[in-house]
Parts: sequence; C-alpha cells; structure tokens
Amino acid sequence: MSDQGRPPKIRIENVSYSYDGKLALRNVTLDIPARAITVLFGPAGGGKTTLLRLINRLNDLIEGTQMSGRVLLDGEDIYAPGTDLVELRRRVGMVFALPLPLPGTVRENVLYGPKLAGVRDRTRLDEILYRSLQQAALWDEVKDRLDDPASTLSGGQQQRLCIARSLALEPEVLLLDEPTSGLDPISTGKVEESLFNLKRNYTIVIVPHSIQQAARVADVAAFMLMGELVECGPGSALFVRPRDRRTEDYITGRFG
Amino acid sequence: MEQMRRPRLGEFVIESLVKVAGLSSIGFVVLIFFFLLREGVPVFFEVELTNLFSTRWYPTFGLFGTLPLILGSALVTLSAIAIALPLGVVTAVFVREVAPHWAREILKPMIEVLAGIPSVVLGFFGMTLLAPVVRRMLGMPTGLTALTGALILAYMSLPTIISVAEDALDAVPKSYRDAGLALGATQWQTIWRVVVPAARSGIVTAVMLGMGRAIGETMAVMMVTGNAARMPLTLDSLFRPVRTMTATIAAEMGEVAEGSVHYHALFGIGIILFVITFILNLTAAATIFKKRRRGGLR
Repeated sequence: MSDQGRPPKIRIENVSYSYDGKLALRNVTLDIPARAITVLFGPAGGGKTTLLRLINRLNDLIEGTQMSGRVLLDGEDIYAPGTDLVELRRRVGMVFALPLPLPGTVRENVLYGPKLAGVRDRTRLDEILYRSLQQAALWDEVKDRLDDPASTLSGGQQQRLCIARSLALEPEVLLLDEPTSGLDPISTGKVEESLFNLKRNYTIVIVPHSIQQAARVADVAAFMLMGELVECGPGSALFVRPRDRRTEDYITGRFG
Repeated sequence: MEQMRRPRLGEFVIESLVKVAGLSSIGFVVLIFFFLLREGVPVFFEVELTNLFSTRWYPTFGLFGTLPLILGSALVTLSAIAIALPLGVVTAVFVREVAPHWAREILKPMIEVLAGIPSVVLGFFGMTLLAPVVRRMLGMPTGLTALTGALILAYMSLPTIISVAEDALDAVPKSYRDAGLALGATQWQTIWRVVVPAARSGIVTAVMLGMGRAIGETMAVMMVTGNAARMPLTLDSLFRPVRTMTATIAAEMGEVAEGSVHYHALFGIGIILFVITFILNLTAAATIFKKRRRGGLR
C-alpha cells in the first residue's frame, strides 16, 4: 500500500452497465491503486467479471449492451472516442478463468503478443520469454520444454503460462478472472505467489475464486452484490471489521 | 432375478434389426469392393503394364494408356481446389466472423441450398454459359477446357467447403477470441492467428470433403471438359480439352462388350481412382491426427 495518497491507476466513475436491458452494474464507483492487488469479490452474478471486462473494453463486441459512466486509466477516459483498443489491451492484460493455451508451443504462446506487436529481434524475444516465464514462476518447470506443445503442460502450468503470455506485453495492469478456479491447492499457491511478486511492478485486479483467496491476496477489497459495490476498503480491515451488514453476512457465510 | 436377465422380445427384435442394418452396410461396401476387384484386376494381366501406363488411350486399337486420364483428373481437381480453397475459407471467415448477425442468418441457408443443385444442371450451365465466355476470353477454338471443368468443380465444392469450415469456426469457443483480443491483437489478427488455426482440423476436413466431391464428380466434368484423352503436359493444358477418369468410365461403359478387355480396363480405372481417393483420405486423417497431437486443438 505504498502508493496510498497518489492518484489511482484506474478510476471507475458512476458506471452502470446492462445486457439486453438487464442491469449488471448499478452506478459503481471505485478507485484501483497502482502496484497493489485489488480484489473484487462477492456471490455469482454480482457483476465482478463484467466490471473486469470493462477495464480493457473486452465487452465491446457483445451486441445489445449499454453503458454509462466513465473508466479512467491514468486519468484518461478509455471510452473516449478515438481510443486505440489495441494499445489499450497491450497496457491492460487479462487472464481468464480457464487456462487457455493457444495452438502451438510454450515459446509461441508466450511470444504471441510481442510478435503481434511487431517485435522481431531474436535476442529481444528470448529476453521477453525468460523474463515473462520467471515472473509467472514457471521458468524452472518449463525451461527444457520450451518447444513442447503448450497443451502438454499441466493445468496449473497452463494457467501460469497464460499469465506469462499477458506479462510478455509488459502491461501496466493485469486483470485476472478467477485465475485459480480450475487448479489444485498447490498450483493455486504458486499462482498466488507469483502475484505477490508481480504487484511490485504491476497493478493487479483479481476476481478470486473463494473468500479465503480474497482475504489472502487483497491489498484493497471490494464487495459486490447484485451489480452494486457494497463496500470497499483495505483488505486487512474489510475482512476483519466489515462496515456493511451484507458484507459481514457474506464473509461469515450467512448467505452466498 | 430370472425376469431381469431375460431380454424382452421387443428389445431383441430392435437390437437385431440395428445389428443387421449396421452389418449389411459394411457388407455392401465389401461386396462392391470385391466386385470392383473381380472386374478390374484381370486387365492388369490381359494388358501389359507398359501399355497400361503409356500415354495413349485408344481402346479400339488395343491402346489402354491411363496416364492422360489420371493426369486429366489431377489437373482438373487440383485447379478446382486451388480456386475453391482460398475462396471457400475466406467466405467462411466472412460469414462467421465479419458479417453482421442478420446477414449470417440469410447467407448460411443460401449456401446450403447451393449444395443441392444437381450436377447435371451445373454441367448444363457450364456448357451453355461458362464455356462461351472461356472461349472468348482465351481466344481458343473451344470453350470446353480443363479450366472450364475446374471452375465448375470449384463452384460445386464451394458450398461444402464453406459450410463445413463455417461450422468449424463456429465451434471455436468465444474464449479464444477473448484471449486473442486481450493480447492486443486486432480483430483480423485474432481471426487469422487464433481462430482459424484453432479450427484448422475442421477446415482441413472441409477441404478434403470438397476435394472428394470434386475428384469423384462425373456428369458436370464430362459435359464441360471436352473429353479429349491427351496428355496435359504443356503449360497451356489448362486451357485445352482434357478427359478425366470418371468421364471415361461414364462415357464408354455403355458401349463395351461385357467381359472384354476394354470392359476390364474401365473397371481398372475405377480401381486406380479408388486407390488414389483412399490414399488422399488416409493422408488427410493422418495429418489431422498428427496436428492434434502436436498441440492443435480439435
């Protein structure tokens, strides 16, 4: 929380969002600090994933949606006309719930983004490969298998490969949507460990797959319920002394 | 206990019917294959191999060179695929990935209707409309050329290729598109470098099915290729008449004496065609299998 007091990396301002007239987000306002882990948690259908996907405009292609409000990245509205989507998505990386290696080898997977971005230099690509896999805590396990098909890795390795793939683009923000939902506890531990290392350099927003995970990783935690942001605060405080009754009920397992 | 073990009569009858139906279809295929062999294999003993694989097909004079026919089929089929493959895949990408929703709803059924046009109608269309255009454009004495055949065949295999390739693209999970976009790929990069490779084996299947339709097609090809059994060896062969294996069988079968050398030779062509198609299918299956193990997806 060293960055407290500085302007937020991402500011979500009065955002409402609906799919085919069904409201998914209701006037959400949230500041996401730089170089920290922000956790969006709450029961299913609360709008966590929707909010996450608004930060890199991945919902743009869905037909029949409506949005109001603003999303600011470093103070600039990413929904302003003329925003370069490709550039935005290079700055804001995303990792999905299911590990999804693309067709091809481990190396090809990690270097997908940089190659699309036009990096051709061999040594530069090798550097990116090494750095990304190191950061995702995967290098030691795959350094002899770089040219194996990505699909031959275990589930936990595949998910860290997906994280490495996002990191290869050197994004400023990393969005993770239940990145450990399909993983066993040991792999989950490794993914969380890599997140702790990453937050020194990156702004991380994560939808955790359990309250326990939320409590373990959160610097800032935001509780979302039925499209509303109920409560937001430092993780250390929110999980111990929630201010809102609904948050307390959810954390203590009275509903959810 | 006894009750449970004794199958009911209805069950037994239905099960037997299904079994008979399944086995008989296998049986028919085997029988056809043996018939083909029985009628065709004698030619390999009656006619010398040097004659059989020579360059002249004049059955009346005892010349049974199948090479011009094999090459004729190869030329027409490969040209047809060269035209239909890029066109078909690009159309499939357009229909599935680019066209707006309402356009897709109209295009899909229209493409499927195209597949139902009888080949003789296409042949007629090729003869009366396409051939004159080809003749005028090339300045040749005739419009009935290998190119005309290739164009008609390409047109015939397009619906199959588009339809199957579109289904393959449709089966690629939305999450792949998300992953591509999230890596900072443009929509086109996502389509060409993520979605299409992920649908690769389905697209290969589409092309193989289209090719299967093209190489086995008889009627339309016979009507538009001119049917001259000449070796298509020169560069301009594409713009001259050729004759395919299928057209030869269809055209001559009606007038040969049963059991004659010529009769056996026609079945011999059938065997050659069968072997070629078999190898093609096998290669395709092997390619798909290898790709899948190498980390392709489906």
